[in-house]
Amino acid sequence: MSFLPFARKAGVAGMAALLLGAAPTALFAKTPADTLVIAEAIDDIVSLDPGEAYEFSGLDVVNNTYDGLVEINPTTLEMEPGLAESWSVADDGMTYTFKMKTGITFASGNPVTADAAAWSLQRAIKINKTPAFILNQFGWTADNVDTMITASGDTLTMKVDKAYAPTFLYNCLTAGVASIVDAEVVKTHDVDGDMGNAWLHENTAGSGAYVLKSFKPNEGYVLDARPGYWRGDAKMAHVFMMHVPEAATERLQLEKGDIDIARTLTPVDIEGMTGNADVKIQQDVGGQIYYLSFNQKNENYKNAKFLDAMRWAVDYQGMADTIMKGTVIPHQSFLPQGYLGALDDLPYKLDVEKAKALLAESGIVAPKVTLSVRNAADRMDVAQSIQNTFGQAGITVELKVGEGAEQLKEYRARQHDATLQTWGPDYPDPNTNSSTFAENPDNSDAANNTGYLAWRNAYDPGEMTAESKAAVLERDPEKRVAMYAALQKKHRETSPFIVMFQQARNTGLRAAVQGFYTGGAVDASAYWLVTK
Amino acid sequence: MADTSLIDDGPSRAGRFARQVGKTVLTLLITFVGLLAVTFFISRVVPTDPVLSILGERATEAQIAETRTALGLDRPLFTQFGIYVWDALHGDLGQSIRTKKPVLEEIGRYFPATLELATLATLIGMAIGIPAGVLAATKPGSLLDQVVRLVGLMGYSMPVFWLGLMGLLIFYGWLGWVGGPGRLDAAFDMMMQFEVTAYTGMILLDTALSGRWDMFANAVSHIILPASLLGYLSMAYISRMTRSFMMNELGQEYITTARVKGMTEGRVIWVHALKNVAVPLITVVALSYSFLLEGAVLTETIFAWPGLGRYITDALLVADMPAVLGGTIVVGAVYIGINMFSDLLYRLADPRAT
Repeated sequence: MSFLPFARKAGVAGMAALLLGAAPTALFAKTPADTLVIAEAIDDIVSLDPGEAYEFSGLDVVNNTYDGLVEINPTTLEMEPGLAESWSVADDGMTYTFKMKTGITFASGNPVTADAAAWSLQRAIKINKTPAFILNQFGWTADNVDTMITASGDTLTMKVDKAYAPTFLYNCLTAGVASIVDAEVVKTHDVDGDMGNAWLHENTAGSGAYVLKSFKPNEGYVLDARPGYWRGDAKMAHVFMMHVPEAATERLQLEKGDIDIARTLTPVDIEGMTGNADVKIQQDVGGQIYYLSFNQKNENYKNAKFLDAMRWAVDYQGMADTIMKGTVIPHQSFLPQGYLGALDDLPYKLDVEKAKALLAESGIVAPKVTLSVRNAADRMDVAQSIQNTFGQAGITVELKVGEGAEQLKEYRARQHDATLQTWGPDYPDPNTNSSTFAENPDNSDAANNTGYLAWRNAYDPGEMTAESKAAVLERDPEKRVAMYAALQKKHRETSPFIVMFQQARNTGLRAAVQGFYTGGAVDASAYWLVTK
Repeated sequence: MADTSLIDDGPSRAGRFARQVGKTVLTLLITFVGLLAVTFFISRVVPTDPVLSILGERATEAQIAETRTALGLDRPLFTQFGIYVWDALHGDLGQSIRTKKPVLEEIGRYFPATLELATLATLIGMAIGIPAGVLAATKPGSLLDQVVRLVGLMGYSMPVFWLGLMGLLIFYGWLGWVGGPGRLDAAFDMMMQFEVTAYTGMILLDTALSGRWDMFANAVSHIILPASLLGYLSMAYISRMTRSFMMNELGQEYITTARVKGMTEGRVIWVHALKNVAVPLITVVALSYSFLLEGAVLTETIFAWPGLGRYITDALLVADMPAVLGGTIVVGAVYIGINMFSDLLYRLADPRAT
């Protein structure tokens, strides 16, 4: 009665509020035609300094804003000249000479010179951030790098401490840490001798296709194309990266056309978009491999038959087809596809009877495995599948679930029993994985060789350590490939590692987007070739 | 009013005020230090190692040791805490371990996003929740009452994650009535920092103050859905509480007296009864508001909203303790601030409160 007028008024107000909310639809800005809009979870970025960036999202920025002496062609994934026009190695294999291209400039307009290149590499060694180890491998230290890497005119000379396989050096020079920075600009931003590190966290000073216009951690970044890029101008004038942590949100944005590329999609999202003609899915492999490893401080894991039994008790294909669908492909050796010497054969499959027989032969009765696993959905799914199939073969698996960093600490201290882990290669040379999976120069606790996965599992690979070291010195590329093939076969048959999968990447793109290259297993993404 | 002056035989008004301010400041300090101590020591017993979080798997022992020293993590725990409190008291909340930016600067960016969202959500919650609660209380058991209770119950029991995704799917995905995740469309977002002065960090205010009405409208279209969603949750709580306060109030004798005197029903309810439930309602609204100001992590994640809740959670996951502690201080300050503000409102609403 007396409330009716009020209710009526409230109704009108409610409608007005709704309309107010709906009115701006007319004002929605479309994704600008000259801007590539990408959504991805980019909260892994620690720094955009090429001497420090070491995460996927940070290296994507580095790849599009800097160049190296040697580059990877984004379309073919083959090595090609970058800022160096040509190079050669002395007969003794200890001195490399790079001749710089002329006429290339940094974003500031400063010319790219051999001096800048030498300073950049020296800087990466001196600031000694995590990826510095990639360059340390050549015997370069803060004390000697000024004499080991020198510039004269348009020539850059690098001395190394051993006659390595030349491909090893060239491959490492394609890594982000070996990017060439604009020395003149960076030097002006030195604070307390940090060689510009703090400034480069969120600024760029490279010769790449783009320059960083703005960066807000955990929110996004904007890149602007710079005209006159030596590989040809970027097709899109701007790149706008939005940090969108939730996959379902990304999918909605992509289907609505508010973003051009969605990079954090789940298999469920991908399946849900089938049949939508406005979007397409691009599949690539990534470099990460998924593996199980067993700590040989537990004597059971030195028993060859027992290890073999476990290799036949994993449902590789089943997991790849179901719980991990679209995110992995079965892969059973330590070098991911795309790497020199990678093997793509799959000798193992789930065979419970065979596993039982091998277990009986091993003489181990009712074994129990405590498997440490991160509390992430996909890891838990894989661990449960393993628990199930190991169980069928007579091996009891107890899951020890914990937070990622906590488990990493346990793993590095060799305190786990068994663990489910992933490993991403650090640079596009087979040595990156070979050195960690198949080498262990000193298996004692005191050695504390945490960088070697073999050491973390108290595994002494015996002669494989020497074989892996020999492969990195083999200067004949074909022989080098054969050496890695042999090493991987021996490793998967004898080591306490079971490599199960290689990461697959699914990128969702609007139908009109062309030319987006993710870099596969060996490189970061390239934005400058994208059109839409 | 006259009564209070009769019993006012204590210290002078100014003296009482000073004592009260002193008490408040002391409580504030103790609360802050307590809050810091709890957060700090809990953060140090969790097994996550911030150094490993930053350096990653490949870090050498030398790099780990160097970083540990640089972060001061090798010092005794109490020394670390002392240094932290001292710096905090001087307005330095330290540097985020992960982004290496001053925590204060980062919070200055994240908090306005949360403040904007929470304020709008609370306004929506109040605008709908209070009238709905009142109307339901006037006719208990009626259809209207059932609807209000059901809607309220749904707000309580539905997972916010699901509601958010459904909201996005329907209003953004299908109907296209609202903007998508994020605070602005990509085109505007790119321009924002170069074309609009960040007076407050709140996009709605900043764009309005700069006269960028196109951006303002776009920002409204983006905030309306998450704000409505959080507003709904807040409304569910406010309407339920309003209903229960009002039912209690409507049973009082003075209401019957007012009705007997021939006062219109509208005046009885909206003026007399509602005025008397104002004080407990302020508490309810203040609680709901401060809850939203903590940052609604799930909502912020789904709507890609760069708010405080997500900031603290992300920091927690990588053991970025300066960021977590800084965020905690802000949340603590907000709680205390809102409590003090609602105290003030009590006084305005109820002259008996001293």
